[in-house]
Amino acid sequence: MKKIKEIISSVDSSLTIEEQQYPTICVSPNQLRKLAEKLKENGFDVLLNLTGMDYKEYFGVIYHFTSTQDKKAMVVVKVNTPDRENLAIPTVSDLWASANLYEREAYDFFGLQFVNHPDLRRLFLRADWNGFPFRKDYDADPKLNPVPLVNQTADAMEDLPSIRFDKEGKLITEHKALFDKNEYVVNIGPQHPATHGVLHLRVSLDGEIIKKVDPNFGYIHRGIEKMCESKTYPQILQLTERLDYLSGTMNRHAFCLCVEKALGIEVPKRAQVVRVIFDELTRIASHLLGWGCMCMDMGSITAFIYGMRDREKIMDIFEETGGGRLMVGYNVIGGLANEVSPKFVDQVKEFIPYMRKMIKEYHILFTNNPIAKGRMENIGFLTKETAASLGVTGPAGRASGWSCDVRKIEPYAVYDQVDFQEMLRSEGGTFDRYLIRLDEIEQSLRIIEQLIDNLPEGDFKAKTPAIIKLPEGEYYQRVENARGDFGVYINSKGDKNPYRVKFRSPCMTLISALDPLCRNEKIADLIMIGASLDYVIPCADR
Amino acid sequence: MLTFSEIISTIHEGLTDALPGWLATTIEYVIIGAALLGLYCVLALILILLERKICARFQCRIGPNRVGPWGLLQSVADMVKILLKEIISIKNTDNILFKTALFLAIAGSFCTFGALQFGDGLACIDFNVGVFYILAISSLGVVGILLAGWSSNNKYTLIGAMRSGAQLISYELSAGLSIMTMVILAGSLSISDIIAGQGGMNAEGGYNTWYIFQAPTAIIAFIIYLIAGHAETNRGPFDLPEAESELTAGYHTEYSGIQFGFFYLAEYLNMFIIAGIAATVFLGGWQPLQINAGWASGFNELMGQIPSWIWFMGKTFALVLLSLWVRWTFPRLRIDQLLKLEWKILMPISILNLLIMAVWVII
Repeated sequence: MKKIKEIISSVDSSLTIEEQQYPTICVSPNQLRKLAEKLKENGFDVLLNLTGMDYKEYFGVIYHFTSTQDKKAMVVVKVNTPDRENLAIPTVSDLWASANLYEREAYDFFGLQFVNHPDLRRLFLRADWNGFPFRKDYDADPKLNPVPLVNQTADAMEDLPSIRFDKEGKLITEHKALFDKNEYVVNIGPQHPATHGVLHLRVSLDGEIIKKVDPNFGYIHRGIEKMCESKTYPQILQLTERLDYLSGTMNRHAFCLCVEKALGIEVPKRAQVVRVIFDELTRIASHLLGWGCMCMDMGSITAFIYGMRDREKIMDIFEETGGGRLMVGYNVIGGLANEVSPKFVDQVKEFIPYMRKMIKEYHILFTNNPIAKGRMENIGFLTKETAASLGVTGPAGRASGWSCDVRKIEPYAVYDQVDFQEMLRSEGGTFDRYLIRLDEIEQSLRIIEQLIDNLPEGDFKAKTPAIIKLPEGEYYQRVENARGDFGVYINSKGDKNPYRVKFRSPCMTLISALDPLCRNEKIADLIMIGASLDYVIPCADR
Repeated sequence: MLTFSEIISTIHEGLTDALPGWLATTIEYVIIGAALLGLYCVLALILILLERKICARFQCRIGPNRVGPWGLLQSVADMVKILLKEIISIKNTDNILFKTALFLAIAGSFCTFGALQFGDGLACIDFNVGVFYILAISSLGVVGILLAGWSSNNKYTLIGAMRSGAQLISYELSAGLSIMTMVILAGSLSISDIIAGQGGMNAEGGYNTWYIFQAPTAIIAFIIYLIAGHAETNRGPFDLPEAESELTAGYHTEYSGIQFGFFYLAEYLNMFIIAGIAATVFLGGWQPLQINAGWASGFNELMGQIPSWIWFMGKTFALVLLSLWVRWTFPRLRIDQLLKLEWKILMPISILNLLIMAVWVII
């Protein structure tokens, strides 16, 4: 805290820190560069989240910074444009690589002009889209943007605009091509058996060697954040599960926590414990699928089916209690949707020893297989610095040695009362990312084991108002989902609909790690490295 | 006991008695061709069903069980479906090469298939250079694959075809060298001579055993042949040319309907052919299991009672099962690892093995 004061006083003595959930600093666009450089110098090496805002009179950007050394440190920087016309904001993408995609997103949604950003293409929408959909005055008339009948050309996808000030201080746009004319570019996806969803990668090849990877987002962009602005809070819960469908329970948990925090609802202990058990079961299910898909991407279909077989047991537990299998819909604001099934405890207790036995089998079948080892070892290294710069959290970040487990940093629900270890590895190779998931399954089992035996008695749901209206203000909640740091930002004006909702997607940063990881590797490894990052496209596209 | 050679010679005599010589020969050719083609298709259907059932068991699934009893007619249903499917013609392909490629692929596999000896006297052709013929003609398939990849005018197929070319040509060497090792032991290139050397009585009055038991180098050659042969069939862990995860379907991405069916058929039969050659050269072909010892004469007699074609099919299917087991257990190699395995490990061992075998035979 004191350190932050020093940092900002070195930038401009008139800046003040607002005490909110996190220390918040408001700066003008001119001061941003200097503040960002100072923050970076003083250890804030992670740009966790970047939220574009439309405040009706002017636009703004909210940056969430954190640090790899001081994990609990978090600082929020707000930048507002002077009015609705002058939208130039200096880029920070050269300081934090994660800003690259974040700023593209903010440009795509709000039309904010990030000066000196090297690649200011639209991120989710087509280059020929009219208007910026997250602006409050956006005209959603379908006549303005009819359903396109022709595909976007490769030229449109490869033209990198970049905005900078010329000598007279006017904004000018420069264009650059992504690939050379004679590069051998292969499209992988959006329809491809191994991209785990509709991700479109444009890969430049030299024989089998990868020279450049350019991910193309937006094929499953549903505008969930925009939809949230016209839905009530209980309705939004359904949308959260559709982001990262494999850790839907956790996403939903994050949103519930955020709303509960805003309303000041005390969630009954029983509900907190069951929520954590569900979170950990979801994490196991997700890691099993991630493990299986990674094996399948290396050509071992049998391992994939083994993973699916054991995941099915978890789906059965979910179905028995929550009703749903993939999207359980079990967490609601204030607690749980219903009491747990009478069979729930027995089912979970049966599952724990079974899963431990199966992990041993996985190691025999796959981990110790010489071909599998030969494929995974010495490939795709992600250093801790790169991981932090790119914002690669979750198992992939921990495999690089970055201790980024939100369950430990900002414990929520009952995570501070259970004993578990944050799995860390140091090298950040593909094999580390592979092993860390199996280790995390083991830790998740440990958490469940401690909780399942003594579920606290009591209500499963706290009393909530009939119509949920959040008090005016901003709320941010972080949760560790199966892929990393999942964040929910809610800006409320006191209505029953939020003014703005932003989800911090861990998958988008994972995808942005593909290019640095895959350069100079073989094309066969692209798929495997992608699988080792274990991204889910609907989470990135939102 | 009625043997195949008796049946065949009866038919042959009947035909030559009733008809002029040229007509009889023509009819015989047609009959043999049709019989082979029938066997080829039936075997492919059996193999496809077998693989689906067995891999389902490996993966804790049930496998096809709806069509016919225990799902036995599943392959037949699939065959009918694939025959009825539309063949999609694609713009910007090299049409002539595109259509020739699949015939080359299947012709290569079919011609090799014709040279196998399925039982005592159950062979269509028997040259004095049979082994040479098999090695030569089975390489025809790679031309088909390369042409398929090139003519499809697609980046995936091209990468798949190039990988395939590199892989098949490399592994052909090891496969050839390990068979040559056995040719040295047999002292003949003729398949019937090779089989004859692995059964019956030898000059000293003992029993001839299978070649794999006759020399320690033969075991090494056998293992190398299995690995190299497995790689030549383009199946996991060597299925890089059609590596699903990166290349969708590799060289046959653009083929549809029965055109794809041809590649599919050739792939399955290649698996059978490689197993068949391994059974012929190393495991005595259709010769029964014999033990070269005085006390074992009763056993040898008993083994001799089992029909020869059951011996051949039994050995071949056992090797096919082995290949399925490997395929459904191991992940896929990467192209550089694949070539390293061949050029740095298998080939030097094969050459050394060949030399040792030559010395062994001379001594």
